[in-house]
Amino acid sequence: MKRRASPPPYPAPIKGEGTVSFPLDAGRWGWGWGCALLLAFATQLAAAAELRIGLSADVTTLDPHFVAAAPNLTVQQHIFEGLVRIDERGRVTPGIAASWTTPDPLTWELKIRPGVKFHDGSDLTLDDIVYSLERPLAIKGSPGGYATYVRPIVAKQIVDKHTLRLKTATPYGPLLQDLAHVLIVSKRVAARADGPDFDSGKAAIGTGPFKLVKFARGDRVQLARNDAYWGGKPEWEAVSLRILPNDPTRTAALLSGDLDAIENVPTADLARLKKSAGHRLAQTVSWRTILLHLDQSRTPPPGVTDKSGKPLAANPFKDVRVRQALSRAINRQAIAERVMEGLALPAGNVVSPSVIGHDPAVKPDPYDPEAAKKLLAAAGYANGFTMTLVTPNNRYINDEQVAQTVAQMFSRIGVTTKVDAMPLAVYFGKARNQEFGAALLGWGSLAADLALRSLALTVNPDKGYGTWNWARYSNPALDKLVEQSLATVDAAKREAAARAASAHAAREVAFIPLHYQIVTWAMKHSLDYAARTDEFTFAHHFRTAAK
Amino acid sequence: MVAYISRRLAQSVVVVFVMSALVFAGVYAIGNPIDILINPQADQAEIERATEALGLDQPLPLQYWTFVSNAFTGELGRSFSSNVPAIDLILQRMPATVELAFSAMVMAIVLGLPLGLWAGLRPETKVAKTIMAGSILGFSLPTFWVGLMLIMIFSVWLGWLPPTGRGETVNVLGVEVSFLTADGLRHLFMPALNLALFKLALLIRLTRAGTREAMVQDYVRFARAKGVPERRIVRVHVLKNIMIPIVTVIGLEFGSVIAFAIVTETIFAWPGMGKLLIDSINVLDRPVIVAYLLVIVVMFVFINLAVDLLYTALDPRVRLTGARA
Repeated sequence: MKRRASPPPYPAPIKGEGTVSFPLDAGRWGWGWGCALLLAFATQLAAAAELRIGLSADVTTLDPHFVAAAPNLTVQQHIFEGLVRIDERGRVTPGIAASWTTPDPLTWELKIRPGVKFHDGSDLTLDDIVYSLERPLAIKGSPGGYATYVRPIVAKQIVDKHTLRLKTATPYGPLLQDLAHVLIVSKRVAARADGPDFDSGKAAIGTGPFKLVKFARGDRVQLARNDAYWGGKPEWEAVSLRILPNDPTRTAALLSGDLDAIENVPTADLARLKKSAGHRLAQTVSWRTILLHLDQSRTPPPGVTDKSGKPLAANPFKDVRVRQALSRAINRQAIAERVMEGLALPAGNVVSPSVIGHDPAVKPDPYDPEAAKKLLAAAGYANGFTMTLVTPNNRYINDEQVAQTVAQMFSRIGVTTKVDAMPLAVYFGKARNQEFGAALLGWGSLAADLALRSLALTVNPDKGYGTWNWARYSNPALDKLVEQSLATVDAAKREAAARAASAHAAREVAFIPLHYQIVTWAMKHSLDYAARTDEFTFAHHFRTAAK
Repeated sequence: MVAYISRRLAQSVVVVFVMSALVFAGVYAIGNPIDILINPQADQAEIERATEALGLDQPLPLQYWTFVSNAFTGELGRSFSSNVPAIDLILQRMPATVELAFSAMVMAIVLGLPLGLWAGLRPETKVAKTIMAGSILGFSLPTFWVGLMLIMIFSVWLGWLPPTGRGETVNVLGVEVSFLTADGLRHLFMPALNLALFKLALLIRLTRAGTREAMVQDYVRFARAKGVPERRIVRVHVLKNIMIPIVTVIGLEFGSVIAFAIVTETIFAWPGMGKLLIDSINVLDRPVIVAYLLVIVVMFVFINLAVDLLYTALDPRVRLTGARA
């Protein structure tokens, strides 16, 4: 069933796991059986050798500090590694840094694993690590995004060959979560490298489980196993990551046997793949929460009027009862089951269940239109009002349909809602300029305090708060809770503080959480994948399924 | 001739200028690339740094001026998202698109001309009617649907051909081409066919119409009366006379096939320029969008020039010195 380097014998599309069935009377051909067995054996061997995965988004560069984009990180994390890893639940686990302590709240002492080698055979040194933590600040002409992660570090001390001390100006709990995405490059190689050097492979020298063989832009990334990898050999000798953003094409490539696995299974093909005996799905709740921002900075907010089209005297979204009413008007279960075709879990928290700071005691607001109407009346909007909900139409799973459904549910309690959908390229800029009264956003984060810092804290550019707080929601009590949580270095205490902040945001309806997306991989039945909540697809986490 | 060509080139310089200004302003109007490219977790300080790093903090006329002055030194800017010169990105992916477009045009011409001729010479036969009915399908079925059907039939059900991507390439004079390997041809066949269908239908109809018109012309009748064999009539008198409109259409269509092979490239994950353009528009990667459109403009200029030159070869009555572009 596998394609070897050349020439590729495209097999008949026997759906499934590399077992080949023969007509019963084939036994008459003695040598035929022999050949068949040999062939089956060869394909089994090949099956262990190469893994072909269909990725759903384009990869723009292999320079790990140039632009922080998930599709790039997916590929880069095969070649490079961060100081720590994120496991499939979204929790920090040891990586190059084997362990760490915090002698005081301003100091992180990391023990660097000995014997880690770059792909060119050179040893990983602390110089490389320090250089990699500084490079995002110095890189030229890049949209970057990594500097935010390393800026809290004010000093780096190399204590001995395997001990690195990082100092922050103020206590900062999420440091390791941030650093998980800052990948470590070789100083010797990267210092002299230009963008094209990374893509050609000259500078794509990391410590990761795979070495870069070839990056064919817009087509595929070929990887070969790094046999000297410290973290255990991956099962696959060679990996081919194919870039297939077109949904039907990706599914067809899996069905035809040209691929072994695909990420982001399109909703339309889910039922078919579920029924297919030759394939297996791996699913988990994604870290991406879909939520609605309700503008609270202006009176009245854009697109909000009374029923006759006249401006309102007050901003209804400033009243927590209105926000509660809108939240209770939404039948999240119906959206999850019908609109999302099961690919969603109703949300109450800002982060999904396995992520730090998810408070299990906070349930999604119940669907209760009667209570919602009463809340609206109590707030002085017994007759409701009119609003416009704006949504991107090419970003999240079924985003426009979700917005349409929510709009109808709002209209049912008397808040007549119109939907305005636009492509992401237009949407984000307008949203950042606060052109919308109500806007849909999806947010993935490794902790509730981090998510709230961007989404709901009082906007403060100096501290980096409220970068995505389009609504300009402001609540001093929540600000305090989140700041406390961010400043807690002890992991267990921080988890408790983050939960408290998440619960507070939910109680005050800082924004309206709708659902957590569910992320799906599909693969041949002979494979298995530990579905990751952060949606990354890693070849080294695919395994031959236990029989 | 030289005067003609240089005038054409001068005109194209103006077109290139106008294009670049329009695209620049257009992309600026859509939105701010930083909003798309920036890491969601980034804080305001990082957003400001990135805006400055990409030169987006400057007023638009100044950004355009910087672009134009750089362009004169041959530097069309670096891609915002790839850290690679935009023109390199395009040239890297051009061979794939040109190869695909060329294969599609060859398919369309090799099949379209004879089929159209047949249908034009014997319009009342069953075969001719079948050809014409087929050409209607070629016209009316949407490319993306045909592409998906091809994948379903030849890859998923029959398993004959690989569904996506470009096959093995070999380096010929510094250009990666795939049509010289068996694997490459297998990958090339479906996308090329998909892209060729519409052009094929167009050529069939064009050739048929031209043939029918030419067959009743006086010179054909005279040739017949003179006893010229039918084959020679078709080859010399009919074909040569109907070639001018066909060459024009082939030329223009070749340009549009290269520039707009996007749908086919997307469906078959063909790593060509069209996909690059779509991806760049999605992240508002302005240097790539501008450079791409400039390349396309220049290409159209040259194709039109080539078509004009071909006219003179086909029809000695056409004089370029008098022609206006």
